[in-house]
Amino acid sequence: MIKWQKNMVKIGALATIVLALAGCSTAKSNGSGQGNNPGKTIKIGVNMELSGSAAGYGQQQKQGIQLAVNKINKTGGIKVGNTKKKIQLVVRDNKTSNTTAASVAAQLVNNDKVVAVVGPAATNAGTASIPNMTKAQVPSVSPSATDPGYTLQKNGDVQKYIFRACFQNNFQGSSAAKFMTSNLKAKNVAILTDNSSDYGTGLTKAFKKTYTGKVVSSQTFQEGDKDFNAILTSLKHKKIDAIYAPGYYSELGLIIKQARQAGINVPIVGSDGMADAKLAKIAGNSNTNNVYYTTPFSTKSGETNTLAAAFLKTYQAKYHTTAPTFSALAYDSVYMIKSAIESEKSANSVKITAGLAKITDFKGVTGTITMNKNHNPEKSMTIEKLTDGAVSQAYTIK
Amino acid sequence: MKANFKYNISWLAVMVIGFVAIDACEFLGIINTFIENMLVTIGINIILATGLNLIIGFSGQFSLGHAGFMAIGAYATGIMTQTIATPLGFYLSMVIGIVIAMIAALIVGIPTLRLRGDYLAIATMGAAEIIRILINNLKITNGAAGLFNIPPLVTWATVYVLMCLTTIVTVNFIHSRNGRAIMSVREDEIAAEAMGINPTRWKLAAFVFGAATAAIGGSLHAAYIQTIAPGDFNIMASIAILIIVVLGGVGSITGTFVAAIVLGALDTILQNFGTLRMIIYSLALILIMIFKPSGLLGNWELSFKHLGIHQRKEQSIHE
Amino acid sequence: MQTFGQQLINGLSLGSIYALLALGYTMVYGIIKLINFAHGDIYMLGAFWGYYVINQLHFNFIWAMLSAMVFCALLGVIIEYFAYRPLRHSPRITALITAIGVSFLLENGMTYLFTANTRSFPQVIKTVTYHLGGLRISNIQLLILGTACLLMLLLELIIKRTKMGRAMRAVSVDPEAAQLVGININHTISFTFALGSAMAGAAGVLIGLYYNSIDPLMGMTPGIKAFVAAVIGGIGSVPGASVGGFLIGLLETGVQAIGLSAYKDAVVYFVLIVILLVLPAGIFGKKTKEKV
Repeated sequence: MIKWQKNMVKIGALATIVLALAGCSTAKSNGSGQGNNPGKTIKIGVNMELSGSAAGYGQQQKQGIQLAVNKINKTGGIKVGNTKKKIQLVVRDNKTSNTTAASVAAQLVNNDKVVAVVGPAATNAGTASIPNMTKAQVPSVSPSATDPGYTLQKNGDVQKYIFRACFQNNFQGSSAAKFMTSNLKAKNVAILTDNSSDYGTGLTKAFKKTYTGKVVSSQTFQEGDKDFNAILTSLKHKKIDAIYAPGYYSELGLIIKQARQAGINVPIVGSDGMADAKLAKIAGNSNTNNVYYTTPFSTKSGETNTLAAAFLKTYQAKYHTTAPTFSALAYDSVYMIKSAIESEKSANSVKITAGLAKITDFKGVTGTITMNKNHNPEKSMTIEKLTDGAVSQAYTIK
Repeated sequence: MKANFKYNISWLAVMVIGFVAIDACEFLGIINTFIENMLVTIGINIILATGLNLIIGFSGQFSLGHAGFMAIGAYATGIMTQTIATPLGFYLSMVIGIVIAMIAALIVGIPTLRLRGDYLAIATMGAAEIIRILINNLKITNGAAGLFNIPPLVTWATVYVLMCLTTIVTVNFIHSRNGRAIMSVREDEIAAEAMGINPTRWKLAAFVFGAATAAIGGSLHAAYIQTIAPGDFNIMASIAILIIVVLGGVGSITGTFVAAIVLGALDTILQNFGTLRMIIYSLALILIMIFKPSGLLGNWELSFKHLGIHQRKEQSIHE
Repeated sequence: MQTFGQQLINGLSLGSIYALLALGYTMVYGIIKLINFAHGDIYMLGAFWGYYVINQLHFNFIWAMLSAMVFCALLGVIIEYFAYRPLRHSPRITALITAIGVSFLLENGMTYLFTANTRSFPQVIKTVTYHLGGLRISNIQLLILGTACLLMLLLELIIKRTKMGRAMRAVSVDPEAAQLVGININHTISFTFALGSAMAGAAGVLIGLYYNSIDPLMGMTPGIKAFVAAVIGGIGSVPGASVGGFLIGLLETGVQAIGLSAYKDAVVYFVLIVILLVLPAGIFGKKTKEKV
């Protein structure tokens, strides 16, 4: 024992030498300070969850991205100054892993030399990529990273190269809370939160902050859960006027189905993760009544927004289903990059960043977008009401 | 002991050479951020897998809960460096992470290490999941949203040095009297007990030691990736570390190094295959296991000592 | 009281699914001491098979379930033949890693072929809810409970009353001695995989019908839970797996009913650890002495 300890002391001494060596490691700054420049084509990277637990949402976003790129390339590409350049997509899968997302970001900006990145879908995968994006001075637009802090540094300054196309949680959560009190006149609500990512928990936090009525019960579920009967049964005998359930359509569809079967007929209000035609398919049309959700993109918006109408049509033609919100947001992300390139007349990554920050009154599928100083898109929000599985009414919220 | 010291010095020399080589490559621009990311991931995986190999390979206890202890280290760093954003704060947080992980390992280990084989595996897996679910619901850990904007206090050099340190300490631990006691418990618990070795105590020692290295790996992970979330430390994360250990060869530290490098490189190369990446990865895993059932290196160990003995033998033959 | 009764029904329907899955784990473990990580994914494939035969070939429910059982049985045998049989004499941990590899392959292969999107399972049987003294129970819940109990009884009969069942028990006790008395080990193991996988296939179709939502990763969490159920019940024991499954189902339901839904899984694991500490071989497990 003593010998062993002696040996350890020696190792410790040696370690100190090595640690000192570590201090001498060359601190070389990466990147030339110019960002990436385009070649013959404009390379746009896709850092996306194509396998793993978020693959369903990632694949929808990839479809949206591909649709946008196909459409742009069909018309010759993006106008950079006087020439038109086509977009070349570099799609990489981050396995819904934060570590891999960081690695994918590094590969896209350093090896593939992309000038902009679309993705990742999840906030955490996004924040893990930020250091590498910032180091290489390449902007990224996430279609669905909703945490309010995603585009901010620790000290509250904006992350220079990080943008998003979706709402941040606070806006959606508080809008839902206001809608509940003013439109639904709900005084007692139960909350059912998706507790496996920042999305559900963030929305619930924002909702609770704004909601003035009484939260009778606050329960959670996990992504992939299929059985909600226990929670719903426990809610049944409580006096509730509505349920707030922020989460994604795959779980929410089941919640709606099981709630209606258990005889709970109060309004169920959710968020844009629900805005998908599959929701009603999973829940069953006859169960999907009295369901509301906040969304930037309404399938009804085709009636007023010609861009949205065209998008819905091409999406339907290519993928044989109604376009989900995630695809619409991803589609807009590509067009936001395009608009930045055109307004700056350059496809240099630093220039694109500047262009993205200056986006004003950009006409997108998900509304007219203005990028605010925290790189959050400002656009109007819609609350859709589902009756018999179809959108029956849309309320616009400023 | 003198002899051991000599071998440690030789290993240290190898490590310094390795350091200088990577440093030179970095300086010459051969290693860009992407490659550096891969190397750091490999380094952290080596730290994690070496600790797990000590538990599985040397003490013969099948633990499936390594990610839980890694989570403790990661969250210690993530939370503490929010307020003390200095290198000192990082090392302090790492020490605290290690201490908490060791206490957690004691709490988990004292009752469960009585279980055998797969029962122990499932119990440790359960314990790790409990840790993860607690983190997922606590306020201080920011719940499911996880922590981000963790200050970047770790460079590849830190990871490299800590990887070398944990390896040297682990290997010396294995070759010490204590290490032999642990291995004797693995070989035959009853015989070991007859020799006056307390099996539970040494199993626990290996388990706690492994948990400490997992916490180091977790701290480095948190500070390098700068983002942690409870989902990073689920059952699949534990399994990923287990795969490295088994692929390299249970009971071979050299094998752990080789497997971590092979898998790290494979994973990075597969990044070029888009959606096919996980399919190729799983096929590779199945095929390697079928054709090399005892792992890439079995229980073979690269060792100066053996090389040395070999030479001396040859010399005596020549004489 | 009414709520309690309702929660009991909820717990039993959830538990019967875990029990069906746990049976496959327990049989495979009993015979070759392998934690078959791919078992949950076979259940997923059963659900997808049901989805396709109902949608494309317009099978009715009974045929969909029976064909899914046959399909999964075949699949189980094929997986055993290619992935596990070469490793029969290797360390058990190697076979475990291979099983994990197979699980990854099935999950990601299905994601690649059919996308990761959640699909809605065709409702071949219309849900009818019965009201019994304030309790609600749907025909599908009854169907699940009934099928699960029927299959478990059938399995118990096969294991206890048939020649193959006797061979299975013999191999699980001592493979070499079994070989000496003329039992074909390979056939017996293949049969065990077929039986276990068929149970998973049935569970897949039942789940599809009950929850109406299937996706390539649906086997992951229930697979692990079912394994926990098998361990709680005493791995290797068929009644143990059923009891374990129902126990976990009731436990999860109970925890959610009292409002601790966030800690649902933590409680399950905690109970698992406690049970293992009190009964190191599970509830119905035989205490065996470790060979010296």
